[in-house]
Amino acid sequence: MSSTVMHSNHAVAHDDHEHHDTGGNTVFGFWLYLMTDCILFASVFATYAVLVNHTAGGPSGKDIFELPYVLGETALLLVSSCTYGFAMIAAHRGFKGPTLAWLAATFVLGAGFIGMELNEFHHLIAEGFGPDKSAFLSSFFTLVGMHGLHVTAGLVWMIVMMLQVCRRGLTDRNNTRLMCLSLFWHFLDIVWICVFTIVYLMGTI
Amino acid sequence: MSQAHSDAGAGHGSYGSYAIGFILSVILTAIPFAMVMSGQFSQSVNLIGMLVMGVVQIVVHLVCFLHMNTSSEGRWNLVAFLFTVLIIVMLVGLAIWIMVNADMLMMPWMFQ
Repeated sequence: MSSTVMHSNHAVAHDDHEHHDTGGNTVFGFWLYLMTDCILFASVFATYAVLVNHTAGGPSGKDIFELPYVLGETALLLVSSCTYGFAMIAAHRGFKGPTLAWLAATFVLGAGFIGMELNEFHHLIAEGFGPDKSAFLSSFFTLVGMHGLHVTAGLVWMIVMMLQVCRRGLTDRNNTRLMCLSLFWHFLDIVWICVFTIVYLMGTI
Repeated sequence: MSQAHSDAGAGHGSYGSYAIGFILSVILTAIPFAMVMSGQFSQSVNLIGMLVMGVVQIVVHLVCFLHMNTSSEGRWNLVAFLFTVLIIVMLVGLAIWIMVNADMLMMPWMFQ
């Protein structure tokens, strides 16, 4: 008898555990999505590496990249990774106000990054070095533009999260979503390290 | 209790881990940038330097920002990541190998 009670108690506890663990499964599933996204980026990096010398008489990376400007973009993204980390720490402690403030700071830094990138693209296209100029420039715009689109998607997601945290507070479900966005944002910073190293640094030497 | 459980699936950090990650990232970005801007190093030294620092910085980000570790909770994240790394190395390595060889065979004048 007592064993049956124990057993059913255990089953209840187990159900309870399963219920809470859904957030963990969601985050792990999102991690798997990020891994597939990694492979997508790797394909575009491979395309870029194959086409980087095919300049078709147009400019090479050495002629058009401005490293100090790109270093500014890198700094914005790196600081935004840190501010998002602080938002996560605040969220784990249940502080709604600081979470929103850090999310807003991250959004501003991310928007600054996108602004700088659009400005860079605008200058290149205005000088006649658009994606139609050569295979090198096509792959450059595809690679850097794809990263920029990911960051833009992250910014939209961040606005949605700020609204949800505002309205519903730091519920378990919102914390899971913030965790997924955190992985996404840090992952984009890692991809940017690859872009900075492979496209800009290696293109300048 | 629910707080502790909602962390499953990926770890979370402290101010310390973010500060360490930030400082290391700044250093690992500044060194190759300075090397390239100074123009005092040969191309191969620059190339090796920036690739090594890039890889180290990725590891720093994975550990300090994404909190990857070998604990039992994080094991599957790590396994999935390592499998992805294998696929990426094959994808990028083989694509470059094949395409460079194709270029050498079809456009030999570009390599003279």
